[in-house]
Amino acid sequence: MLRLEGVHAYYGRIHALKGVSLEVREGHICCLIGANGAGKSTTLMTISGITPIASGTVTYQGQPIHRVSPEEIVRRGIVQVPEGRRIFPNLTVQENLMLGAYLQRDKAEKLSALERSFSMFPILRERRRQPGGTLSGGEQQMLAIARALMGTPRLLLLDEPSLGLAPLIVERIMGIIRQIRDERGATILLVEQNAQAALDLSDYGYVIETGEVVQEDSARRLLEDPRVREAYLG
Amino acid sequence: MGPLHELLDQSSLFLQQLVNGITLGGVYALIAVGYTMVYGVIQLINFAHGEIYMLGAFLAYTMVTVLHLPFFVAFILTILLCSCFGILLDFIAYRPLRQAPRLAALITAIGMSIFLQNLALMIWGSQIKSFPRELLPAVFSRPALVLGEITVSWLQIFILTITVLFMAILHFIIHRTQVGTAMRAISHDKVTSALMGIGVNRVISFTFAVGSAMGGMAGILVGLYYNAIFPTMGYIAGIKAFAAAVLGGIGNVPGAMLGGGVLGIAEVLGAGYISSEYRDGISYAVMIAVILFKPSGLIGKPTGDKV
Repeated sequence: MLRLEGVHAYYGRIHALKGVSLEVREGHICCLIGANGAGKSTTLMTISGITPIASGTVTYQGQPIHRVSPEEIVRRGIVQVPEGRRIFPNLTVQENLMLGAYLQRDKAEKLSALERSFSMFPILRERRRQPGGTLSGGEQQMLAIARALMGTPRLLLLDEPSLGLAPLIVERIMGIIRQIRDERGATILLVEQNAQAALDLSDYGYVIETGEVVQEDSARRLLEDPRVREAYLG
Repeated sequence: MGPLHELLDQSSLFLQQLVNGITLGGVYALIAVGYTMVYGVIQLINFAHGEIYMLGAFLAYTMVTVLHLPFFVAFILTILLCSCFGILLDFIAYRPLRQAPRLAALITAIGMSIFLQNLALMIWGSQIKSFPRELLPAVFSRPALVLGEITVSWLQIFILTITVLFMAILHFIIHRTQVGTAMRAISHDKVTSALMGIGVNRVISFTFAVGSAMGGMAGILVGLYYNAIFPTMGYIAGIKAFAAAVLGGIGNVPGAMLGGGVLGIAEVLGAGYISSEYRDGISYAVMIAVILFKPSGLIGKPTGDKV
């Protein structure tokens, strides 16, 4: 569904991606694990069209998308939940959600998408009129995910959804991600520092170190791999 | 003259000044929202905004005197044209510098301001122009309301109505429409806005269009009110409106409205009671005082809505 080939990208002056190649298959949950600063977020930002790539290709459903605007990428069905949730703290929960459906012109479709988010996350319905900034960390993460789902993604990119959350909430979020794949049929590319949680959930995984993919395999085999266990699973 | 009489005279003078101040304040507010909206979405002080205001006055003047269009037709056409100029200004001067340091865009803004001033000087000359009364709706020069010694002209009522109407429209756009929500989102976080599929540049263009429409409108209104249109009129008005925006809290739209009102009243009262020589000085004093004592403005907060 999505394929990166030899992608180089710079983050400011830093050569952040040094020839990253990876593939995400339709219907899979695929994860990208690695340490802080390894290039995980940059990878997602290049897919979303925010960070330009210096060389290489990104193809989605057979079409190159690395010269396509972020707006058009969302329109084609790739939506990202950015690191740190990045909800708009000054906008209400409902306004945040509605922005997720920005490209949807049909008002009725928007409202039914809103209804779907509220039934998936009842807490958001309760807090719909509250500014997004007043939500707890876990609620904010749910809002960020719900907001991305408002755009009915076919490929959902998640950047560190477990960051800063209590273990119980992490478990809950991971359950939600699985549910999104199973019930909504979205393909998922998950970036995580929490390798255990990510690999438990995923079908396939990539390990990235200083801008290069150093290992890839089925998630089950990565979980048993001695190098991965030592470096990321402690 | 008895003391009671004197008191009445005093208070009617004060009320008259207040009416004049509110009118002027409305105009400042119209210009100030243009500064503050653009600052809100791209953190740029658009110094050429005053020139859009000046162009508004000249365009309407030309349409009325040269093309002999009815005033209200000229009024609407000018507003539309000023929106286009705003979009064009952003497209030519600021968009290429979006990733550049903010200082570069700021210097460019000053450059555009000087360029447009000189362009107007070439086209219309340095002579002060005024709308010929006979080409304006006759009602403008008639008093609408005479209460003892206080007179409110139809023109003042027109200015205030337009101001209040467009402020209400602006409030509606920002808080009740999708593009307004996008403006607030962009003011907070451009990257995440783009990740939602928001065409950030398109929303920025829209912001310039709305701000410039209101600025151009203010130019026409002041051209009518003071009966003087000249190439550098945007410079002083621009600085005052900028002071109003700072007073309210730059980036904050209700703040710009409040700041405009307060500044207009302060200026007229100051000119009336202290000396009209200090007219412009009062605006600068207000701006300096705000920067010294309350840099976030009257109702600005360090974080929160920036448009």
